[in-house]
Amino acid sequence: MAATEQATTWHGIVQQTLKRNEIRLVPYVPDKVLTPLIKSLHADAYFSTFPTAREEEAVGIVSGAWMAGMRGAVLMQTSGFATLANVLASLAVPYQIPLIMVVSERGTLGEFNYGQALVCRTMRPVLESLALEHHTITRLDELEFIADRSIKQAITTQAPVALILNPLLTGGKVFDK
Amino acid sequence: MSNPQRNTKVMNRFDLTQRLVTKLKDEAVIGGIGNTNFDLWAAGHRPENFYMLGSMGLAFPIALGVALAQPQRRVFALEGDGSLLMQLGCLATIATLAPKNLTMVVMDNGIYQITGSQPTPAAGHTDLIAVAVASGIANSSWAADEDDFERLIAQSMTATVPTLIGVRIDDKPGTGTTRRDPVQIRERFMHGMGVRQPL
Repeated sequence: MAATEQATTWHGIVQQTLKRNEIRLVPYVPDKVLTPLIKSLHADAYFSTFPTAREEEAVGIVSGAWMAGMRGAVLMQTSGFATLANVLASLAVPYQIPLIMVVSERGTLGEFNYGQALVCRTMRPVLESLALEHHTITRLDELEFIADRSIKQAITTQAPVALILNPLLTGGKVFDK
Repeated sequence: MSNPQRNTKVMNRFDLTQRLVTKLKDEAVIGGIGNTNFDLWAAGHRPENFYMLGSMGLAFPIALGVALAQPQRRVFALEGDGSLLMQLGCLATIATLAPKNLTMVVMDNGIYQITGSQPTPAAGHTDLIAVAVASGIANSSWAADEDDFERLIAQSMTATVPTLIGVRIDDKPGTGTTRRDPVQIRERFMHGMGVRQPL
């Protein structure tokens, strides 16, 4: 990716912010919106990035890696986050693991699938029920500040964080057929 | 394949766990939820042990993360059959990443012992080692007896691919009870992994 693209696209900024914070291990369950980020992580030898079968599996992997000295983050979409309540409540939070979640937000601002719209409404109540730090990022000019500060806060306070990438930032997924 | 475990002796989880722990130096061990980590605890606490108090099914993924972060260290994962059934997809991930320093043990008694010994949906029908082989973990096998288990563990120490060992176990509960202090478990494990020093 060209340097200008790294500085001017949301996925370029996420990639550079992960790298600056020495987050090398990035397992994911894919999402259409996350495609450019996933592609650029695969193309960058700094990162070890790969798909997992489930989001909680990815949480287990980055938790183990963190405890052994390697930083990670998990990429997922909203419906994937909805599968995580048990692992958040029984692993990440009680063991004080700085789990960094990057969630592509579906279910709002033009959602065409009612199930996605409903599952999206469960995300923030789950985060809030565990008093987890989370930010919904809507603006490109705020992305680096929020992501960089949130990653640093997660690590220093040993607490999970969810970075929710809103369609206002990413364009989201729109009905095409 | 109809009765794939017919030549495997029914062993005991605590006995096998003791046999493993006796051989260890600085290897990491991840103990899955319930009896699996209770017996790991009862075999003698060591800072290189991590005990799961929840997150059923994640012993192998957590161990994979440790193995990726520290490729020079051997990592063992002890998991129950019911737990593995919750997260069979992780076998494909492990097969693809193929960390050679990962040895997985699945303790198969066909029941959810800790919840009242109800049979698992796989009991008597599904061969978890065949599932692992089909998932791409070629170095997967049932241990015929205790000696065979020890042999497979020793072999895995120098393997060039991940190892999965199936052991058929009895219906006995865990021998001890892990101290349920997640922060201390995690902190001690990080000391054991050499990534932190005590305060």
